Amino acid sequence: MTDLAALETAPSPRATPGQSIYVTSPEMKRRNAAETRFRAYGLVAIAVSLTMLAIMLFTILRDGSSTFFQAKLSFPVELSEKVLDPKGNRDPAEMAKVTTIGYAKVLASALLAELERQGIDLGELSDKEAAELISKDAPGGLRAMVLDNPALIGTTIDATVLAGGRIDGYLKGRVTMESAQLDSNISPEQLQLADRLRTAGILSSGWNWGFFTNPDASDQRPEAAGLGVALIGSAYLMALVALMCIPVGVAASIYLEEFAPKNRWTDAIEVNISNLAAVPSIVFGILGLAIFINFAGFPQSSSFVGALVISLMTLPTIIIATRAAICAVPPSIRDAALGVGASKMQTVFHNVLPLAMPGILTGTILGLATALGETAPLLLIGMVAFVDNYPGLPLEGVLDPATALPVQVYSWASRSDPAFIERSNGAIIVLLVFLVVMNVAAIWLRRRFERRW
Amino acid sequence: MSVAMLLAVIGVLALTGFVLSRQRALASAGGNSRALHSLPNYYGWNGAIWVLVPALAGLSLWLIVQPMVVESRISADLPAALVADDSARALTMADVRRVAGGLDQAVAQGAMSEAKAREMSTGAVDVRAVLANVGVALGSNVSPEVLSAAQDYRAMTAWGAAARTILILVLAVAGLFWGVSRAQQDYRARIAVERVVLGILALASSIAVFTTFGIIWSMASETYDFFTKYPIQDFFFSLTWSPNFRGNSDLGMIPLLWGTLYISAVSLLVAVPIGLFTAIYLAEYASKPVRNWVKPLIEIIAGIPTVVFGIFALVTVGPALRDWFAEPLGLGNSGSSVMTAGIVIGILNVPFISSLSDDIINAVPQSLRDGSYGLGATKSETVRQVILPAALRGIVGAVLMAASRAIGETMIVVMGAGAAAQLSLNPFDALTTMTVKIVGQLTGDTDFASPETLVAFALGMTLFVITLGLNVFALYIVWKYKEQYE
Repeated sequence: MTDLAALETAPSPRATPGQSIYVTSPEMKRRNAAETRFRAYGLVAIAVSLTMLAIMLFTILRDGSSTFFQAKLSFPVELSEKVLDPKGNRDPAEMAKVTTIGYAKVLASALLAELERQGIDLGELSDKEAAELISKDAPGGLRAMVLDNPALIGTTIDATVLAGGRIDGYLKGRVTMESAQLDSNISPEQLQLADRLRTAGILSSGWNWGFFTNPDASDQRPEAAGLGVALIGSAYLMALVALMCIPVGVAASIYLEEFAPKNRWTDAIEVNISNLAAVPSIVFGILGLAIFINFAGFPQSSSFVGALVISLMTLPTIIIATRAAICAVPPSIRDAALGVGASKMQTVFHNVLPLAMPGILTGTILGLATALGETAPLLLIGMVAFVDNYPGLPLEGVLDPATALPVQVYSWASRSDPAFIERSNGAIIVLLVFLVVMNVAAIWLRRRFERRW
Repeated sequence: MSVAMLLAVIGVLALTGFVLSRQRALASAGGNSRALHSLPNYYGWNGAIWVLVPALAGLSLWLIVQPMVVESRISADLPAALVADDSARALTMADVRRVAGGLDQAVAQGAMSEAKAREMSTGAVDVRAVLANVGVALGSNVSPEVLSAAQDYRAMTAWGAAARTILILVLAVAGLFWGVSRAQQDYRARIAVERVVLGILALASSIAVFTTFGIIWSMASETYDFFTKYPIQDFFFSLTWSPNFRGNSDLGMIPLLWGTLYISAVSLLVAVPIGLFTAIYLAEYASKPVRNWVKPLIEIIAGIPTVVFGIFALVTVGPALRDWFAEPLGLGNSGSSVMTAGIVIGILNVPFISSLSDDIINAVPQSLRDGSYGLGATKSETVRQVILPAALRGIVGAVLMAASRAIGETMIVVMGAGAAAQLSLNPFDALTTMTVKIVGQLTGDTDFASPETLVAFALGMTLFVITLGLNVFALYIVWKYKEQYE
């Protein structure tokens, strides 16, 4: 009673006599303002995460896109027989005695000769300092080329060799005159020489194929580092993961979805699958190290062990996706097949599985895309080691030491030279391109084959 | 016979089994396949299965058991001084395997005869130089014990390989005869084949359980090993973490646990409000086209590898926080910090929380909303006073799952949190986590006998228990929640 009386006596904000109900009361204004604020929080939340995503992708593109171009020096090199094949008999064993130091001298004198011919002033630089513009990796490449083809000796070739990492950074704006003053590896005078070389057309920037084919390079020569080994390693990994995961995952899903009796064992399997999907990836790395490497004795750093570990991680994802796809096939299909006399097994393999295939493929591709970016477990099984030999051809090659794309991103990012951060971002771009391709393929498959029952 | 060769022979026998069984079954029905119990191909498959299953099972068993038997026999024969403890035994056995492998290679390359490899002694030949010639570099000279162990090793392995070939071939041929003999008109081949296929399917589905066992076993045995070398109470309660590879380390996990929890808490402070508001906006306010655009965009975040977020933390977020907040406020000058890692993990977890909460909010029955609107509540009042309380259990479950992911996250903290194991409250200090230290202790050369390596397994076990516990609890809560509205 008292409540009712209070309601009657208290002046209701809306019921002021003589006021239109279309005029918003102060109470309602407050509530509407709260409504607008609440809505704005939602928009801000979305804006924050999308802005972060945009900043991240932008910085990666900004810092990484320059990786695909590389500073190169082009000048004629005289491959004198006196220096490179002192005995003159073109015997590969004899020629191999000339080390990269010998070839470095050849390159240096050729560059200096070209500078003199074009009348480019060295300024205050010594000959040695001018030759430092050439990458430390260039002599090795030239040596391999000459040993491959001894007929080149005695001729003058138009060589295009990598410029040093700092010169590359200067062309890309990473190294400036100010930073060069503090840098023991490069001097402003050398950069000025680089400017003159550029106007003379000796120094230029071109498409960086080496980034896709070269193996990793040591700390001192970021300009030569490439993704060759990582790309092969990742390709092996993905192929093996697909080979191991798809049959096992599909078989497991068929069993759980179509045949499994309801008992403790299948309950245990169900619980395990959903929990394994949430186990931190590093734990799988520990498992790989302890069981596959330490106990079973498989070689460390090999893509085979990496694939085993990643398969165990990816399997739950693939099983969950495949079960959803099998579950989506309507019971009427099964009933029809059983009705014309097919056995349960025949129904599943002849009717249900083909109809579920697009869904299975979509789920599998998305699972593989996640697997491609997985890093932490690979660190533990040693795929982070410095590998500069290409792994061999498949079957045997999967046991060779290799590295993988995301691991290469990490190992470059942890080196001190900023040129490696550029490489790292470039590797991310390559990785993201693969992920986009896989995701687009999955979406296309879904659109193309999606069926509404 | 090599394993590949053996597999090829088994394959050929299986094919023979298929063809013979199929023909025999058809012949027994006088060529009329309708008189058979099953389709003709089922008889064929039955024949092939009888070759494949026993032979392959025997082969894999042999491949697993033989090295274990050989190693235990060899190490039992070695003098006690060389196998005093586990690490010495592992080192010696590695030497033995290397020498044996080197001898194999020397014989294969023709550098020595088989008889010489079997009988030579360290007194007569410099084994190290011989092996170096064929490309097998040894760290030290070969002792007579190791050489004779390696020769035994080769002999036993060769004997094992011969026995393996004979046994497997016998199994395969016996299977072939048995399988073909079953191929009769009345034999229920389809049922037999389907039973085997069902067994294979069930085996495949059990891999998840085996994996869990593998994880627990691999970590539990090494953790046990660790606690025999390092006191358990020091690991759990000591406040200092300073591993020292010369021994005498302090391996207390409290600083690591503190870093892990601090960073996870910061990440939840970022992810929960953003993820929850995103989910509320998308579920309750957004028009269909907006939802169709924004939802996939948010989910892009979930598809980006964590190492990319690690670079983002290292190159962009860390320096920005340092220059704009930490240094002006006088709180430190480190780019890697709790805030850096926490914020980036938070962003990574936004799509996770938003999509889980989205499902949960959508599961709240429309009748509750309608009732609230009917009483005159605005949309936000409905969300705050009706939907969120109704969905609270489910959202708590989602937050717990996000916490478990944050605790187990590795790459972002490796690249963004630093490596200093300390107990600090300052959010701009570099702290470290359990995952960082697992990577740190297990990357590179590892010695499975030292507590400094084994501690990583104890850390992994702790991590596994924490994340699994959180996740099981969260799944239980969500499951209860869904039940509420069914």
